Amino acid sequence: MNHGRKVTVVCSVLVVALFAGSIMSRRKVEDIRGRQATLEEVLYLPSGKTVKRLSLGYYSLLADVYWTRAVQYFGSRHIRGSERYELLGPLLEITTDLDPHLIVAYETGSIFLSQRVPEGAGQPDKAAALVEKGIRANPAYWRLYFTLGFIHYVDRHDYKAAREAFQKGSERPGALPWMKIMAARMAEKADDPNMAGYLWKTIHDTTTDKSIKESAATHLLSLRADSDMDELERRTQAYQQKFGRYPEEWSDLVRAGLLRGVPVDPKGAPYKLRLDGTVRVADPKLFPYIERHGGK
Amino acid sequence: MTSRLSAITWNTFREAVRDRVLYNLVLFVLLLVASAPLFSQISIGLEKLMLVNVGLSSISLFGVIIAIFVGIGLVSKEIEKKTLYTILSRPVRRWEFIVGKYLGLLLTLVVNTALMTVGFYLALLIFINGLKRADAMLLVAVYFIVLQFMMMVAITLLFSTFSTPIFSAIFAFALYVIGTFGEDLKNFAAMSHGATKWLAMGASYIMPNFASLNVIAQAAHEQNVGSGLIFSNTVYALLYSLAVTVAAVMIFERRNLK
Repeated sequence: MNHGRKVTVVCSVLVVALFAGSIMSRRKVEDIRGRQATLEEVLYLPSGKTVKRLSLGYYSLLADVYWTRAVQYFGSRHIRGSERYELLGPLLEITTDLDPHLIVAYETGSIFLSQRVPEGAGQPDKAAALVEKGIRANPAYWRLYFTLGFIHYVDRHDYKAAREAFQKGSERPGALPWMKIMAARMAEKADDPNMAGYLWKTIHDTTTDKSIKESAATHLLSLRADSDMDELERRTQAYQQKFGRYPEEWSDLVRAGLLRGVPVDPKGAPYKLRLDGTVRVADPKLFPYIERHGGK
Repeated sequence: MTSRLSAITWNTFREAVRDRVLYNLVLFVLLLVASAPLFSQISIGLEKLMLVNVGLSSISLFGVIIAIFVGIGLVSKEIEKKTLYTILSRPVRRWEFIVGKYLGLLLTLVVNTALMTVGFYLALLIFINGLKRADAMLLVAVYFIVLQFMMMVAITLLFSTFSTPIFSAIFAFALYVIGTFGEDLKNFAAMSHGATKWLAMGASYIMPNFASLNVIAQAAHEQNVGSGLIFSNTVYALLYSLAVTVAAVMIFERRNLK
């Protein structure tokens, strides 16, 4: 073997071995620092505006980096079923300070913030404030009014504020007609469960974020189960009024002509009939957003 | 071998020190540190925070600039001036030349950093009215900055063994930026799927990770940096720099200098 080849072989082996060693030590560093170390730096930043000044004009690129960090942070916490999302608010604040026109950060970020734990950060007030900030920066974008109305209605239960948001949004150029319908229905019958279903259906059909789409689908199933159980409880009450006692099993209702067969929940499992005439789903974990029938 | 290595190291150091750009940069950093109290007049109650952030960030940034702009000329200058042939005609091996150059520039940066650190602590002493025990933690941040230089010098030297100075500077600067977002790249890999995941993961391990070497924010907030992290970061920076320097030696050994 000539000198040149010998050197190449020895150096190659050394490079591979040293790189392997550096990878192992880097993993050790990551273990010590924790996976969220880079994201936690956000806590030390004085404000997004300061970061913007320091970004030397590359604030749009930096906003994309911070938005990616916010999504990664939310995604990793969500997968682990974490109940704490303390960095989400600051990450979204900095993202939107850096680029006030990054609509996705307001639309999707606010849903991450507003949903109750563990599905989201459970911070609807902060979510509403974020969307309001987005509206101030992008007043012509009517969809932000929809997101604001949605948060007021679903998570803050502030029906008046929700109606105002839908109303204002409907007046923006290009707003779809259903924004007006939404505002009108909110004024008539704010606590109608069908309204929540309609809002979640809109979110489900319009969002491009996979996790929000999944969450919207779960909300819709929970709302359907709630609605089914309302109806089934009305029938057990009717049975009680007719026979002076609650039905013991679904077949009692079938025999009385109040039901066609054993009712099943949206996941296909039979509903549970309790002795006091109330109804529950077989597996409440599959319907985390049930409100009126054993929900939170 | 040791005497040949130390001769190249010492010569590289002297040559860098003779370069007036170095003095200008040091002066500039000292000016920045001195101007920190002016910034702090705008931000009430943040005097020390601003001083630490500005001081340490300047030490890091200007050190990286020196590493890149001096590093890119280490090999090419010697070829251009034909001095490389004189050196290699003596009993000096090529790997000794590369390692000597590496150590020489690193020594320059260490001395440079030491001077800047003295200036930085003087500024703290003067403007913040004294030092306290927690301020020793700032030295950890400075030490991590030196580890960063160790890696940057190796990277710049690697490029300078096969590329022109301008492209070496571009490549080295690009790697510095990527390395600063090293953990983002790793997080991106973790969230990806399929081939993208493995590509991003591979890239994240080959690229330097400067994110873990940046504890300026923690130091400014007087947060403790554990000994485990200091040790692991040292091992990481050493192994990475060695790997890159060996790669530079390999390329330089194979290079046709005729």
